[in-house]
Amino acid sequence: MNLGTRKLLDRSFTAVGIGSIVVMALALMIVLVPIVTNGLGAVFFTGTVEHRKMLQSEFKRGGSKELALEKASTDRYRARVYEMLAGFEAEMEQMNPEQKADYQAKYTPVKTALQALLGPLPGDPEPMLTRFKYGQTRWEKAEEKLHDLLYETKWDNSNPNAMSKEYFASRAIGFEGTSLVKLFPYVRENLANMLLPEFTAYWGFITDSSVDSHIFGGIWPEIQGTFFLAVGAMLFAFPLGVIAAVYFTEYAKSGFFNSMLRSANSTLAGVPSIVFGMFGLAFFINTLKVSESKSVIAGSLTLAIMILPTIIRAAEEAILAVPKTYREASLSLGSTKWNTIATVILPAALPGILTGGVISLGRAAGETAPIIFTAAVSVGSAIGLADVFNSPTPALSWNIYNLASEHEAADQIRHVQYGMVLALVSIVLLLNLSAIVLRARISKKLKG
Amino acid sequence: MVMTADVKETSSGVSAQKATRDIYLPPARKKITGGGTPHIVAREFSIYYSEFEAVKKVSADILSKYVTAIIGPSGCGKSTFLRSINRMNDLIPNCHTTGALLFDGQDIYGKYTDEVLLRKKVGMVFQKPNPFPKSIFDNIAYGPRLHGVSDKKTLADIVERSLRKAALWDEVCDRLDKNALGLSGGQQQRLCVARTLAVEPEVLLLDEPTSALDPKATAKIEDLIQELRGSYTIMIVTHNMQQASRVSDYTMFFYEGVLVEHASTAQLFTNPKDSMTEDYITGRFS
Repeated sequence: MNLGTRKLLDRSFTAVGIGSIVVMALALMIVLVPIVTNGLGAVFFTGTVEHRKMLQSEFKRGGSKELALEKASTDRYRARVYEMLAGFEAEMEQMNPEQKADYQAKYTPVKTALQALLGPLPGDPEPMLTRFKYGQTRWEKAEEKLHDLLYETKWDNSNPNAMSKEYFASRAIGFEGTSLVKLFPYVRENLANMLLPEFTAYWGFITDSSVDSHIFGGIWPEIQGTFFLAVGAMLFAFPLGVIAAVYFTEYAKSGFFNSMLRSANSTLAGVPSIVFGMFGLAFFINTLKVSESKSVIAGSLTLAIMILPTIIRAAEEAILAVPKTYREASLSLGSTKWNTIATVILPAALPGILTGGVISLGRAAGETAPIIFTAAVSVGSAIGLADVFNSPTPALSWNIYNLASEHEAADQIRHVQYGMVLALVSIVLLLNLSAIVLRARISKKLKG
Repeated sequence: MVMTADVKETSSGVSAQKATRDIYLPPARKKITGGGTPHIVAREFSIYYSEFEAVKKVSADILSKYVTAIIGPSGCGKSTFLRSINRMNDLIPNCHTTGALLFDGQDIYGKYTDEVLLRKKVGMVFQKPNPFPKSIFDNIAYGPRLHGVSDKKTLADIVERSLRKAALWDEVCDRLDKNALGLSGGQQQRLCVARTLAVEPEVLLLDEPTSALDPKATAKIEDLIQELRGSYTIMIVTHNMQQASRVSDYTMFFYEGVLVEHASTAQLFTNPKDSMTEDYITGRFS
């Protein structure tokens, strides 16, 4: 191959390499940017007075004096709305039955929209679910609800050959000639006075329990559950994995049994995680009965089995990477094999072993399938350390899936879903970052 | 240094070698007292790597407190023989031995021999300096700690004594807590010697200790061997024949696993009995 071709080849490989990294980075950006922006929206948003009311009564947080003042101020504006409603209801009583039924049908959605916007109307019975006790806590949601109040969504299916089209019809037109027609411009102009939006940093999103299946409140039970599960998995898997790696590298003789063990280990690393989940249910809960039903301990054990092959592999490679000369030096000084392993080999292999461990910890924190049958519940409060043996826990990975797909008001709590994803991604990134720092520190210490 | 008339030389008829051979004469030595008894004894001793016989039926007496050099071309089994004395060959799978190798009258490869105790008495320094990635102090104290010394003052004494013996104390006494990997190659190798001396062995095995070092560091190691001569039984494998002649009292010449000649260094370098030895030391092959 001549020089020109060689250089061209080198250049094209460089270009392809850089190109693939750029594509990767772009893909990561495309995924991460919405996660970060939407996820931060769970903590930083424009909150309304309803949010502050909710905090006050559900979490006993916030100054009650300021809130009372705000309430008084908003109630003044709201009173006008309620007066209009009462006036219109009185007006309806005077109408003939057909007209009345006609207006009633148009009036009910208006009332529902107002309830969603401002909370229960005067005279309404006390709602059973917490989600109906308050109006819109977030300003952007309030604006959506305002739109629902002002316009009716209709479908245009006049053209049978095309898909029906959505269009908005003003509700005010339906009330032309009644007293209620003034309500719509009034609410539109005074919404801010009725809800008092202001910038809110709701750190409680991280430290609070959820209220009424994540409609309000935070994700602390999920964060704590993820922490318990992942750390529990490490407690089981890390010592076992390191011991197994020491066996493989230092004690195992090459033979049929050991080559079987090795290939079993490699195979385990490739088993789909849902299989581990089924195994955890069948083995830890049904056979060993480590707990009555789902529990943190069963989930941790299942995750431990899942990450064990990775830890063994990482530790094995780290141990094999320790220079042979260290072993020779130690043995030649009259050290026993075990002493050599404990005082020379393992310390020198520690950076690699720890890196493998922390990466596995991140994986355990992020896995969903193994904990579905063994540990996770959709909604629950944070459990104490004593309850890990008999109590299931909510966990980030499972709840992200659950909130996005199975929650009855999934589209109302997108910010919570994104907040959870951001929390999980941050936890995993932090763990990986700490692995890098830890590795660098120990390597520096070893290199002198 | 006058060369006596040499039968071998006249028979080989190469007079030009005379000049070269002058260099090989050993320098004046301090007298050794209390040594000279066989410390390590080999009889019909063979080492196999699977089927391959790396060392073939070696019989030799290695005298205590003297320096014995092992020379020979690459792959002749000299390192294998040296490493068999403290059973470092155990690390190599499928390595086994036949015949007898005795240390202080005890069979090194005996069924009931404790190789850990053996290695405590037979220390080894390797080709490449291999300090642990620990502080200088911890490197030296590693062996004594293993063998049960935990008192801080005793340890400090041992560390100082060992470093002084290895002629390294003056260079490192103010940075004992620094990582040993920060030392130069020559210092690292002397540290390895000191680390071995700290466990108070009787035998010191040096496996090409200067091959990774520059001439200055090499000279220091050679001086060190001179210092230690008479206190320890020293065996040194070397590729450098001048080094063998400078530091050793006895020399063994290995060729293809066979111990060709074993004699006092002066005799082996001036008056080799075997023509193969002659050819090797005069540089006909290597």
